[in-house]
Amino acid sequence: MTGIALILGAALGYAAVYFKVEGNPLAEKISALLPQTQCAQCGYPGCKPYAEAIVGGEAEINLCTPGGDDGMRLLAELLGREFKPRGAPVEKLKIVALIDEQTCIGCTLCIQACPVDAIIGSAKQMHTVVSRYCTGCELCLPPCPVDCIVLAEEPRTPQNWRWKYPATGLKVVAWH
Amino acid sequence: MALNSLRGGIEPDAHKKESSETPIRHVPLPSRLVVPLVQSSQESARTIITVGDRVLKGQCIGEAEGAGIAIHAPASGTVAEIGYYPMAHPSGLTSQAIVIEPDGEEHWITYEPLDPATASRDELILRIQASGIVGMGGAVFPSHIKARSKTETLLINGAECEPWITCDDRLMRERASAVVTGSAILAHLTGARQILIGIEDNKPEAIAAMRAAVCDMEPVALKCLDADKITVIAVPTRYPSGGERQLTRILTGIEVPPDKRVTGFGVQCFNVATAYAVCRALLHGESMVSRIVTVTGNVERPGNYETPLGMPIAELIALCGPKPGTTRILMGGPMMGFTLPSLEAPVTKGCNCLIAASAELFPPSEPEQPCIRCGSCVNVCPIELQPFEMYWSSRAKNFDSARQYHLFSCMECGCCAYVCPAHIPLVDYFRFAKSEIRARDEEQKAADQARARFEFRNARLGREKAEKAARMAAKAAETRAKSAGEAALIASAVDRTSAAARTPRDRQS
Repeated sequence: MTGIALILGAALGYAAVYFKVEGNPLAEKISALLPQTQCAQCGYPGCKPYAEAIVGGEAEINLCTPGGDDGMRLLAELLGREFKPRGAPVEKLKIVALIDEQTCIGCTLCIQACPVDAIIGSAKQMHTVVSRYCTGCELCLPPCPVDCIVLAEEPRTPQNWRWKYPATGLKVVAWH
Repeated sequence: MALNSLRGGIEPDAHKKESSETPIRHVPLPSRLVVPLVQSSQESARTIITVGDRVLKGQCIGEAEGAGIAIHAPASGTVAEIGYYPMAHPSGLTSQAIVIEPDGEEHWITYEPLDPATASRDELILRIQASGIVGMGGAVFPSHIKARSKTETLLINGAECEPWITCDDRLMRERASAVVTGSAILAHLTGARQILIGIEDNKPEAIAAMRAAVCDMEPVALKCLDADKITVIAVPTRYPSGGERQLTRILTGIEVPPDKRVTGFGVQCFNVATAYAVCRALLHGESMVSRIVTVTGNVERPGNYETPLGMPIAELIALCGPKPGTTRILMGGPMMGFTLPSLEAPVTKGCNCLIAASAELFPPSEPEQPCIRCGSCVNVCPIELQPFEMYWSSRAKNFDSARQYHLFSCMECGCCAYVCPAHIPLVDYFRFAKSEIRARDEEQKAADQARARFEFRNARLGREKAEKAARMAAKAAETRAKSAGEAALIASAVDRTSAAARTPRDRQS
């Protein structure tokens, strides 16, 4: 009995050292479901910190604004928690920041605020947003001292235009 | 020659006679021509003219960017405006277009004709790109990309299987010789050893004209390919035999998997109108400035019209005399086409047919009823998919499942919706699901990219912080060392001074 206990103990000790999982796999899974806007509207400084907070039991699953109800449904499914409606549905239109280059004074404050490095420029030079990388998180708006950043909807093109869900005609069943 | 059969398919009323019996007519120039910068499935062209410029017919007004194609002035005149105009697209979105006011003089600017036998292959292919030639069957894929890849067999698609459309039929009847010459040049470019021209057997006049043209080939075409290597084949009339993969299967027996291109199987397919455009561009130096459009349906004068590109569709329809009761205009055929959201949209390179629809010709669809699992859609699907499974998944917005049923192999031919006894618009559901899945894939890609950039930024900030801390520590250590040294110096100096101070005092004392 003592022998078996020792062998198993050694095996477990070995496994604990050699099969150690780096990071938290559940947090990774949650992070994969989050929209990666890095907007910090949940109160955490990015999507991954929020995922870690959910795993740690500190945060509810209904704090992600860009993810909306759909995103929360996925989280609820993954974690086996109850779905908590957020109330008003969030419209999912991609928005990107736009810098009015005439007004920009080149203070670099927005560059420092951008969580995904989507703004380029240098001190006293005009800045611009690389819209391909912009997540529309709005974090660059408050630091701007001259209010030259606006959020604009991405223009509709045939590439990002979507077909509507086919409308099902109502059938008259009976007249009064 | 033994033909393979088309899998599935349907036989709708052809409605070809309405427009196929009158010769191709030329359209008078409108007061304004609207030429969109995007004319192919690839990048848009880059404007090289400014408002107020005088242009000649066939003059390049937008240069090819990347894999895109050039665009040309469809008439001589003045550039009046560069603005946003509705596109001939189901979305009704606008796109940038160059507006030309024709002067009516029709002054051409043409390139130097090229002789395929002496000109280099690159030169010929660049000319095809510079002449703005795209696939005219409706897919508007740039032809120079297709011409560049080598192939064994060249298929020339004259099947024209969609009901109502007759522009390829009339083209083959009237201009067969140029079509055959263009095909021979394309065979020369792709290195094809044989040409198979497939035409549905409901067009006997076109088949006869094409056979006569092959027997009596032009010398320039004979330099490219021998006449006995070209075969005109009558294909049984059955929709959708004119699909690229379907025609390949019928003519060569090669079954191309939905996720592969026909090019990988030694086959290349061009539409007859594309072959004609290639002939005009290389042998006559004419850029693509017009196309033949079938206007049919509820109009007084149905037929085929050689229309300058950029002609507003409303004006073309008006020329054909729309009868009262026209409810909407369909672009493309009734099977794969769509209702135009705006008639301000211009005729483009992919616009093969305009149908004026009325309640008698196209009765409004009956209300959708529940699927009864009859399996009719499975029997007619030419790609052997299971449309009803795809429909359920798409309807339930269960997109992963729809994808697993090979939604993206569907070419939206509409056979399933045509036979559905429950009147389910299956193709509408498939289009909806496809665009949703594409959008989700894009979102996922953007999210992955944002995550990678966010994590990289954090790592960078962390590294910078660590480096700064290390620098500060080094500096602090340095300062400490320096101050220690200074302290030592001061101490020794103090010692010296105090010693010096002491000495006189000592002396005094």
